[in-house]
Amino acid sequence: MAWVRIGSILLITYTLVAGILTPMVPSPQGAFEFPLIPGLEEKARNIFFHVPSAWTTVVAFLVALWYGGKYLRTRQIEDDLASEAAAGLGLMFCILATVTGALWAKFNWGSFWNWDPRQTSIFILLLIYGAYFALRSAVEVEETRARLSAVYAILAGLTVPFFIFVLPRLVGGLHPGAAGDPDGTGPVVSLQMTGPMFIVFFAGLIGFNLLFVWMFDLRVRASRLAYRRSLHEG
Amino acid sequence: MLDLARIAAVVRKDVRSELRNRYSINALAMFVVTAVATILFALRSESPGPASLSGMYWVVVFFSAMSGLARVFVSEEERGTALTLQLTTSSGVLFAGKLAVNVALTMLLTAAVTALYLIAFPTFVLRTPETFLLTVIFGSIGFASASTILAAIIAKANSRGTLYPVLAFPVLIPLLMTVMSATERALEGEPLAAAAGDLQVLVGYCLIMIAGSFLLFDFVWSE
Repeated sequence: MAWVRIGSILLITYTLVAGILTPMVPSPQGAFEFPLIPGLEEKARNIFFHVPSAWTTVVAFLVALWYGGKYLRTRQIEDDLASEAAAGLGLMFCILATVTGALWAKFNWGSFWNWDPRQTSIFILLLIYGAYFALRSAVEVEETRARLSAVYAILAGLTVPFFIFVLPRLVGGLHPGAAGDPDGTGPVVSLQMTGPMFIVFFAGLIGFNLLFVWMFDLRVRASRLAYRRSLHEG
Repeated sequence: MLDLARIAAVVRKDVRSELRNRYSINALAMFVVTAVATILFALRSESPGPASLSGMYWVVVFFSAMSGLARVFVSEEERGTALTLQLTTSSGVLFAGKLAVNVALTMLLTAAVTALYLIAFPTFVLRTPETFLLTVIFGSIGFASASTILAAIIAKANSRGTLYPVLAFPVLIPLLMTVMSATERALEGEPLAAAAGDLQVLVGYCLIMIAGSFLLFDFVWSE
């Protein structure tokens, strides 16, 4: 785990420093200048923080799903604890992505919230996480709680393709990748970045993922200890 | 696994016990009347357009469904008949039966809401009835398929009444957005072809939810 910790500290520090300090010029030359994209300007720096947190939200959701499914097969309570830990972290990154996205929307689109399809999707993802924890707190027996929350996570996961692929095609929006976006290269992001921006962007992406792995490991170990202690006391 | 005669037996049992006390139907009917009356009081002499009408239509259907569809499993837990059902029926058969009951209940519900809306709102005119009919049929199936497995989940949890809409809303959102858009097209009189995209999404949603529920139901139901 040592390389995960060192890697996440180094990569996130690098993203913070390089992402904020690198000057933006109209015609960039060399590795230490970013392009000044018209319409985005200095606000483009948010991409180093907003996209990695949104990405990590989805990764955390998939990890929670994976451990939920694993629990249904193995019935090991550790898998349920891992699923819960991943969902908790996913909720945190989801809030970060929502806040950075709303700030970006305020300064680029004019208001914090305007029900763009992407904003709708992340709002639903927040609701799913909220409902998941509401369900967990409403069931007292551990095995039942683990079973029901795993099933709910998978059921909610089934609707996610609708938000990623179907909804943005049905409703017009401002986010890159929406129906009217001529440069939309993929369902979620449009990449108008140059080499040096890519390096900082992927450093942030990998750094956030490593941070997730680190926090996930800590949370799983802590909740296992708490669970064992509750067995001794109870 | 899917024996039609056994599924029919589950449906018959539910219909018979429903006809004895009429709990779900009475509660649903009163809920629908109350909700539509509240909307009418709030609007007074305003005449809403197609977008708000289709929105309010499905809001009434959503909350009425949330108040009635959970009964199929909650009643088994409350009456203590869940264990008997587990012994006598395989979970696939039971789920298919309960799903059929809920589809029928949701279709009854949408029929009642439609009738009330046609009477209460002069601007609620079905200019493309075939679009509306298909939307309501597949909308009801989609509603029931997602709600049935969630009903099984909350039947095992505490604080059932409040938890159900909380769990159902995020899962039902893709369906709600599509049926609202298709209903708006039907009210505005757009041809059936214009709603083809919405209907494709609807059918896809129904298939995914039914398949997913069949695979997951056993984990919820068997202790």
